[in-house]
Order: sequence, then C-alpha cells, then structure tokens
Amino acid sequence: MIFLQSRTSVSVYVTLLVPLISVLATLIAGGLIFAALGYAPLPALYEFFIAPLSRPDQFGNLLVKACPLIIIGTGLVFCYRANIWNIGAEGQLIAGAVGAGGVALSFPDTTSVFLLPGMAVCAILSGALWAAIPALCKVRFRTNEILVSLMLTYVAALLIDWIVRGPWRDPMSFGFPLTPYYPDAGLISALHLPFIGRLGQLHWGVPVALLIAVAGYFFLSRMLGGFQVKLMGDAPRAGTFAGFSPNRVTVGVLMSSGGLAGLAGMIEVSANIGQLQPNISFGYGFTAIIVAFLARLNPLAVIVAGLVVALAELGGDTAQISMAIPKVVTGIFKGILLFFLLAGETLTRFQPIWVGRSGQAFKKGHETI
Amino acid sequence: MIDELLLTVLLTSVPLILAATGELVAEKSGVLNLGVEGMMLMGAVAAFGAALVSGSPYLGIISGGLAGMATAAVFALFTLGLATNQVATGLALTIFGTGLSGLIGAPLVGQAIEGIPELHIVMLSQIPVFGAAFKLDIMAYGCIFLVALTSWFLSSTRAGLILRSVGINHDSAHALGYPVLMIRSLAVLFGGFMAGLGGAYLPLVLTPHWAEGMTAGRGWIALALVVFASWRPWRLVAGAILFGGVTIMQLSGQAKGWTIPPQFLSMLPYLATIFVLVFISSRGRNYFGAPAHLGRVFHPTR
Repeated sequence: MIFLQSRTSVSVYVTLLVPLISVLATLIAGGLIFAALGYAPLPALYEFFIAPLSRPDQFGNLLVKACPLIIIGTGLVFCYRANIWNIGAEGQLIAGAVGAGGVALSFPDTTSVFLLPGMAVCAILSGALWAAIPALCKVRFRTNEILVSLMLTYVAALLIDWIVRGPWRDPMSFGFPLTPYYPDAGLISALHLPFIGRLGQLHWGVPVALLIAVAGYFFLSRMLGGFQVKLMGDAPRAGTFAGFSPNRVTVGVLMSSGGLAGLAGMIEVSANIGQLQPNISFGYGFTAIIVAFLARLNPLAVIVAGLVVALAELGGDTAQISMAIPKVVTGIFKGILLFFLLAGETLTRFQPIWVGRSGQAFKKGHETI
Repeated sequence: MIDELLLTVLLTSVPLILAATGELVAEKSGVLNLGVEGMMLMGAVAAFGAALVSGSPYLGIISGGLAGMATAAVFALFTLGLATNQVATGLALTIFGTGLSGLIGAPLVGQAIEGIPELHIVMLSQIPVFGAAFKLDIMAYGCIFLVALTSWFLSSTRAGLILRSVGINHDSAHALGYPVLMIRSLAVLFGGFMAGLGGAYLPLVLTPHWAEGMTAGRGWIALALVVFASWRPWRLVAGAILFGGVTIMQLSGQAKGWTIPPQFLSMLPYLATIFVLVFISSRGRNYFGAPAHLGRVFHPTR
C-alpha cells in the first residue's frame, strides 16, 4: 500500500518547481491527446502557444486577456488562503458589470470625469454584495459557500440575460439583446506606451490589474488583516484564541474577492465591449481559479500565472481559426494544468511512502509512527 | 395537448434524473464531484460518435456510459489516489471534459443519427393524460429502474449501508476495516457512468445532433437537484420532473405571451437549491441525511 506522509518542511525549490513541471507536463499530456485524435501534436501546440505571439501587437492582447484573470485571481487567493471556497467569481463579475452598466446608462450624455470612478465603485459594491449572499449564509446558517456561490453564478447569468433583453435593451438595436453604448466618458481608453504607441488592444485596465496584484501581495504579507486571513486558513483555532473573528474574515475575504471580480467585469465591458450583452465573460471567473492555483496562492505570482493562462486563452482563439476547432478545446490544457497543479500540491505537502503488509515503511531512515 | 406537454416534461427530466442519481451515490460516499457537466458532455459525444459509426443507437447508450465512467476515473485518480481538493478537481474535470468533447466532436458537427425509437407500452399508453408516461423510450424506463435499484441499494443492502457510513465518517469506517478509497472509487465510477448515460440521452433521444457544449448547464442543475432532493433517490425524481416542468413552462409560457420573463423561471432551480441548502444547514446536517464528510479529503492512517 502507498500512504501519504506529511512532510515536515518544503524547500523553496519545490515551491517553484511544481508550477513549472505542471506546465511542462500539461503541454506533453495535451500534445498526446491531440496526437491520439489524429492531429499532429507539435503543430497543434505551436498554434496554441507560439503562433498567438508571432506579432508584437499580440503581446498587448495577451495582457488584455490576462487583466480580468489577474484581478479576479488576486481576490480568489485571499479566499483560498482563508480556506473559503468562493467558486462563484463568474457571477460576481456579471453582477459588477451590471452595476457599472446601470451607472453608465443612467447618464447617457455626461462627459464628466467622475463617471468612470463612479462605475468602478458601483461595480465593486455590486460584486461584493453578490458575494455577501454566500458569506452571510455561511456565517449565519453555516451553509456551504461552495454550492451557494456556484448556484448564484447561474442566477447572475440569467439576470443579465433578462436585463439586456428586457428593461435595458436599446430600442435601436433591431431586436438584438444589447443595451445602448456607454457614453465615451464611461469607456476605458487605449494605453499609449512611450516609443511604441498602441500595442494591440492594450488599455488602462491592465496597469490597474498589476497594481491590484502588488497591493494584494503587500496586504497579505505585511499587514495585520493579511495575517488574519492566513491564520484563519492555516490554524483557525489559534486564530480564535488570538481574538480574531472567523466570521469577519469569512465575510471580508468573500466580499473583497467579489468586489474585485465585479471590478474585473466593469473593466472588461468598458474597455473591450462598450455595452452590456448576454455574454460578457468567457468563463474568466472559473479560469481565474486555475490562475490562483498556478500562482500557488501568492498574489505577485498571480501576474505571471495570469499571463500563462491568458496565453492558452489567446491560443484557443488562434486555433479556432487556423485549425477549425471550437474555442472550448483550450479547456483541455486548462483542465489538465489544474489537475497537475493540484497533484503537485499534494506531493509537496505529503510524501508517498510504500508500506509493506507488516506495516513497516520501506524507506531508509524513515521513522514509522 | 396536455399529455404532449407532460411527455416533453418527462423527456426533459430523464437526463437530469440519470446524472443526479449517479452524483447522489458519489455524494453519499462522501465525494463531491463538480465534474458532472464534463462527464455528461463526454457521454454525449461518445454516444453520438458510436451511434454514427455503428448505426446502432443502442451501442451509443453503452459507449456514453463508459465514456462518462472513464472521465470519472480521472477524477477518482486525482481526488482519491492523490488526495487533491475535490472542488477544484471537479471544476478542472468540467473544463477538461468540455474541451475534450469539443475536440472529439469537431468533425461530427452537422451530421445526424437515427435516434432511439419510442417504445409504447400496450394498454397503458392509451390512458388519457398519464399515458404519456408509457410513451417513452428504453432509456427512460431504464432510468426509473436504476433509481429504484439505487434506492434499494442505499437503504436496504449491507453494501449500501457501508457506502453511507463511509460518507458519514471516513475515519470510523477506515478504523472498522472498510476500504474507504475503494468504496469511494466505485461510487465515483458509478456516478460517471450515470452522468455519461444522462449525456447520451441528449443526442440519442432529444436532438439527434452533436453540438459543442450541448448539455447547456444540465450538469449543474443535476448537482443542484441532489441537494434539492436532500440525498433521497425518489425525491430526486420528483425534483427532476419539477425542474423539467419549469423548463417547459418557460418555453410554452413564452409562446403564450406570459408576462413573467422566462429567465426568472429558469432561475428557480438554482434559487430553490440555495433555499434548501440554507434550510438544511440551519436544521443541522444529520437531520436531512446529508453525508457529514462530503467533500473532505481522506488520508488513510496505518
């Protein structure tokens, strides 16, 4: 029998190696699947991971795809560190987009510079309130936050579907489920880089995302609030003895990750779409879960992880055109990556040991309990 | 008219019942598998492919179930073999299954198969209104048989009792000498087989085509259904007919020009599940037969 034995210490190298090995193993496993289905594996991998970056403007698009993933991923890191399982970020993203849309569509003629900040605040509040539902259910009734946040995702998706087909539909949209365009003051403008100018679709939301990840890192590693979050995840009993309130941490991490997801929704619409429509996100809320794990729950690493996963997303777009396969196929890589990351997590925390029938561990120098 | 409506409601509920029954057994053994949607899609594409190549929809049933089971085996390998987090692994399974079924099904788009024929039961199908329940197909009848079997297995057999005890407290079950991981693996594989059958029902009976992501969220509704039915097989059938009825109601309501937006009706299963969850947790878990160790990782001790 193989048993998993807790490791007493984990070296820094292992922490860094696990994501690297996982990415490599994902490429190999993904290539094997393509080969098994009769596609040439190397050209397929090329279409997914190298062709997307063959033009310089695509680097800008990569950052644009990574933007919502980084923002949501940072919020999820907080939740998962506190051992709170928010898997409804997709719904919170939609709630945020709807909240921001409400502000933008209420002032169709404004040119005020305050419109965009107002939309951002409203998006954060909407996302946070959407996440407050599972949070309050959990602290008040001890209801499992996993299922509630998941179910609310589908409620949010139906809500925006109704809004853009019903009350907020543009009368000039010829029956299409679209709201009117936001006023220009409610749009996020393209980012002009020094010496380079415009780079693909690069917009001002991207630097905001990077700032959020850095701020998240400092909060988690340097501030009392961040310490409470980590302590509640690692040793909740010790936390209560120290006088920290588990309920406050639960509500805090859920609402802040909901708020960040809401902000990501607002940025996504204001920068890339310009109006509300039934589908405003391509599963960013779910994909960000992979980002959080790839980053090993470290907000700074979320930036790198966001870019890696965004590359797979961008590759899905490229392959859809060049290989005539549906965009969801990129899910093969995303799913396998998450499998390997989770397995890597186990192998860093535990050591598999082989134990014979007599119960004796067959490992030299290993103490049996 | 009304019996036609009833027939559509029953047809819509069959894939939900199949997938949810499988998930119920897995959850009773303490494993929360959020990969139902992915397993259903794999079942659907395998069933469609097999029926297309062989020309026999009945072969499609088998291969749909086996494909769902194979997908579940991946989940079992990681969550049980490698003790990974069940929630994250389940989501990965759905993302993976959606992608893989899309790749397998890419060359199948636009083709059509001969579906499973209706099987009218003599005499009974002539009953007004309720005769609709006897104008179904072999998979629908089989589905009710499987629910009965599951209900009997869980409540009246020794093996079912052991399976439930593993879900209630895996450490105690382990201490008593029951092979926790083996029992859970079997439960997960059964769950995958049933989800695969549920997925297979879509191309084999409902629409004889393959479309990427054709389950359209049924896997999540099945998941909600298990909680809604508070882990009881027969309640699950009632819930599935209710949820199926809601789906049909919004379609026919749209046609009749109802004022309730259809999206609000579609929300009902999800909202109802949240209410049931809150109700269950406020009353204490054991009261409702919720497996106490649901979703917890088991580390065998020596």
